[in-house]
Amino acid sequence: MVIYGLLIMGLCAIVGNVLGYMLGGMLGITANVGGVGFAMLFLVLLTRELSKRGYMSKPSESGILFWNAMYIPVVIAMAARQNVVAALTGGWIAFIGGLAAVFAGFLLIRPLTALADTTESPEEPSA
Amino acid sequence: MDFFTSIVMKVVAKNGLVTAFVVIGVMTWMSYSISKYATKGRIHGSAIAIVLGLILAYIGGEVTGKKAGISDITFFSGIGLMGGGMLRDFCIIATAYGIKLEELKKAGLAGVLAIVVSTFLSFVIGAVVAWGFGYRDAVSLTTIGGGVATFIVGPVTGAALGASSEVIALSIAAGVVKSIAVMILTPLLAKPFGLTSPAAATVYGGLMGTTSGTAAGLAATDPKLVPYGAMTATFYTGFGCLVGPSICFFVIKAIVG
Repeated sequence: MVIYGLLIMGLCAIVGNVLGYMLGGMLGITANVGGVGFAMLFLVLLTRELSKRGYMSKPSESGILFWNAMYIPVVIAMAARQNVVAALTGGWIAFIGGLAAVFAGFLLIRPLTALADTTESPEEPSA
Repeated sequence: MDFFTSIVMKVVAKNGLVTAFVVIGVMTWMSYSISKYATKGRIHGSAIAIVLGLILAYIGGEVTGKKAGISDITFFSGIGLMGGGMLRDFCIIATAYGIKLEELKKAGLAGVLAIVVSTFLSFVIGAVVAWGFGYRDAVSLTTIGGGVATFIVGPVTGAALGASSEVIALSIAAGVVKSIAVMILTPLLAKPFGLTSPAAATVYGGLMGTTSGTAAGLAATDPKLVPYGAMTATFYTGFGCLVGPSICFFVIKAIVG
């Protein structure tokens, strides 16, 4: 049943977010630390386990795939509710600071990704 | 005629989310047509749709003077629910279905490093820019630095340190600029800067940190990369809220006195 897909995803979302806030609380801040990330991990692990045992039916799967496909429309709606006026009227500090951080981030993609590739290889015998 | 419009408005008001589906559906169709015919597919349809959304958000903000873009106009109120945190997070979780754990493991450490490096770098950039504009006290410098991390880290840091409301507003603005810049620039800069693999997306999520920015940026670049970037980005704000009012503040205070 389609609702089973939503049941699985909903459970992962709630447990993940509870964990995120608990982790935040333990660190002394009222913020959700990685709740959605935990939920994503749970979903991957849980659905893998369920399909191994033959419990992931096509309809349950389609309940998840529907929201997977709704991702882009939801993101478009999210864009339409951003505080764009605040961004454009925030002044030069906001503009320069925000943009500089983005460019710095882009510049770091390659070096850090290269690191990901090398952390993979130590197991290999070096010639 | 008045009778007719009043009935339409009533139906629309009662069906906010359904109206949002219609509005976003029309926007998507328009954007994909523009992508196909006006740009010959060079610019992704969803990138155009996101920019269109941001333009609507600007109009909404100008008309109402409020903070939630077009969704502050009653007719479009359902967009607030459709594009709000609950459904956004639910859809991000759904994108994890089909993720390759091996890919994530491969880039996991680099992703964590990206979060740490980028968070501290954001505080440095924000504090330096704020210094350049005449701010001299550690509280304001740290708060603006937090805003450069994300628009949540800024106000959380500012509230913890007792920053002025003007500085907190500035830090939010910096974070919003960052998140919107990530949405618009990612599809343009992805290829030249090597954002082409799941490992690179994992690193990118940790470097940009803004959940909404990376979510939209990756959607407009390559939907297959979304879960990898989203995963690391969800840890960024929490980490920033943790180190902002503590380590970052102490370091900045030690430097400026």
